[in-house]
Amino acid sequence: MPVYDCLYDYKEKLQHVLVRHEQGAAHAAQGYARVSGEVGVCVVTSGPGATNAITGIGDAMLDSTPIVVIAGQVVSSLLGSDAFQEIDLVSLTQPITKWSYQIRRAEDIPWAVARAFYVARSGRPGPVVLDFAKNAQIEKVAYEPCTIDYIRSYVPVPEMDPKAIAEAAAIINSAKKPWALVGQGVELGEAQNELVEFLEKADIPAGCTLLGLSALPSAHPLNKGMLGMHGNLGPNLKTNECDVLIAIGMRFDDRVTGNLKTYAKQAKIIHFDIDPAEVDKNVKTTVAVLGDCKETLAAVTELLEKNNHREWRDSFLPCEEKEYEAVVEKEIHPKEGQITMGEVVHAVSEATNHQAVLVTDVGQNQMFAARYFKFSQKRSMVTSGGLGTMGFGLPAAIGAAFGAPNRTVCFFCGDGGLQMTIQELGTIMETGTNVKIILLNNSFLGMVRQWQELFFKERYSNTPMINPDFVKIASAYGIKGRKVQQREELAGAIEEMLATDGSYLLEVEVEQVGMVYPMVPAGDTVTNVMLG
Amino acid sequence: MDKTLYTLNVYSENIAGILNQITTIFTRRQLNIESLNVSASSIKGIHKYTITTCTDEDTIQKVTKQIEKRIDVVQAHYFTDDEIFFREIALYKIPTQELLDSNRVEYIVSRHNARIIEINPTYMVIQKSGTTEETQELYDDLKEIGILQFVRSGRIAITKSCVEKLSEYLTEREQKHIRSKKNCEE
Repeated sequence: MPVYDCLYDYKEKLQHVLVRHEQGAAHAAQGYARVSGEVGVCVVTSGPGATNAITGIGDAMLDSTPIVVIAGQVVSSLLGSDAFQEIDLVSLTQPITKWSYQIRRAEDIPWAVARAFYVARSGRPGPVVLDFAKNAQIEKVAYEPCTIDYIRSYVPVPEMDPKAIAEAAAIINSAKKPWALVGQGVELGEAQNELVEFLEKADIPAGCTLLGLSALPSAHPLNKGMLGMHGNLGPNLKTNECDVLIAIGMRFDDRVTGNLKTYAKQAKIIHFDIDPAEVDKNVKTTVAVLGDCKETLAAVTELLEKNNHREWRDSFLPCEEKEYEAVVEKEIHPKEGQITMGEVVHAVSEATNHQAVLVTDVGQNQMFAARYFKFSQKRSMVTSGGLGTMGFGLPAAIGAAFGAPNRTVCFFCGDGGLQMTIQELGTIMETGTNVKIILLNNSFLGMVRQWQELFFKERYSNTPMINPDFVKIASAYGIKGRKVQQREELAGAIEEMLATDGSYLLEVEVEQVGMVYPMVPAGDTVTNVMLG
Repeated sequence: MDKTLYTLNVYSENIAGILNQITTIFTRRQLNIESLNVSASSIKGIHKYTITTCTDEDTIQKVTKQIEKRIDVVQAHYFTDDEIFFREIALYKIPTQELLDSNRVEYIVSRHNARIIEINPTYMVIQKSGTTEETQELYDDLKEIGILQFVRSGRIAITKSCVEKLSEYLTEREQKHIRSKKNCEE
């Protein structure tokens, strides 16, 4: 409360966004950080306010998102006594933060705040928690500004090793079938241009992880699509065919690799990363190139010979054709039946000229959005990758709208996930934030339903949803909306949505039994791709 | 995979909560900490943790990196027994009567190179430092006499390779930072 009392004096200088739930606050801070590259900040109260934020903190940790969460705490003298709304937040959050610190005296504030922002944004970014004891909030001290750009125990960016650079370049130069995996590290390191130069010079096709999708423009000829469980056919098959696999700012998540025992065993592995703990964590590397990929990519590129791997590049074509025929065409251009999720995503992406920021929730909506939304600008993909947090999307989209105020923010969600943080429609109402909400309503927890169909003998245990009238709910919050059930209405509704000033809810009734394909079953070999 | 007993040396800033951060990394991987010793190091403000755990090399490598990644941890290194000198200390409390009745106690104490550090009419306390096997052997010998209490410390260890490089490392980091700051200002 003392902090909020002070904020009252700064109404004109500091824009405070009052969210409806602390989980929403943390996700909104994430959304803001992901599109802007700045540190997202949220302030929550002690006890339940702090525990509510924990999902967002964990999400930010797994997805390397720089946020600072400032939480209230009881007065220092009551710490440890089970006082009202006391929770041991530092202990709770230590495993899911880059740094978690309790401020017990006002003298520590300048140091702790400066350190929090430095830690959150430097090196591999991540969440920081400041647990702010009440007495420290009200004590008066002479303020001495403090800046921190060095901590002796913390090496944010490992020093570039010229030997590793030379070795990596030599391996790439002698490669016949090089294959690059692009992760979010490229976005975090602002190395999008360095990546393109690197790929183009040596003529290396590339696949992107879910979080790395907008690091390389979708239309770039060397971009062969998405990796992983619901990724494109070529990228998954070619992983086990390439002779050199170059991972850039990605961490070989199990959703990307499938069974590690059969993953890229034929290839030499080069791993560009800023975090030494990622090297050899899941996949043994031949050469680890540690450092900031903006610098390391440029350094390796300098040593690369201009190359042409046309035959190898062209070998992706049959995969693309096969996938298009078996999966893509009927998903984005269905001739009959109910509207599909893929067709909605495709239509919205086209209508925004692939310029929009994509925010997704988690589940089928996320995978369809990732597969069929196209990107032409960097930092355009906001999704919960590591933690897979349903309910992430709506608040993250609000944060993204604040972080990229001049861009269209398209938020895709399902009927399940939207209801997990639906209260944040109130935040939109209050702030007038501009978020285009595209609800792909199949009246199911769709991804779970898909697994039940495939792996649990079609026993649909607790996945059908009895849903409210979403357009009415939006309307109650003063948000315009429309429900579409017929294919013929879709294009017009999208146009209406994009032409609307402010937020809009487009609810599309999509087929209930839609399935995301291709699919590599969890833990299976990356080449075991089900096409439906 | 083959499991080995590894000794992990961790150097950290002296800030509350570091131990928790280290132990959660073991917990996540279902690794048991066999022994743990924490104390101030020779460098001011730096604490040293000596941890032993049984695992394979792949796992200990990953654990070490994940510990070193914590912001307030300066360095972490792992060693096998042949790379370090290590000791633990054990205390044994036994009834004094045995000492008076025969020379068995004296014989055992001298054979194990142990020391008696307290004798009173009721009990005596024997101290022994050495490896786990050595303190265990003394325990087994004294067991026949009857042990009232027994306690063993965690392992402490020192590397066989020359000097502790931590202070050099910290000085180097400090100097590099100053240099880069100067470069920025220029």
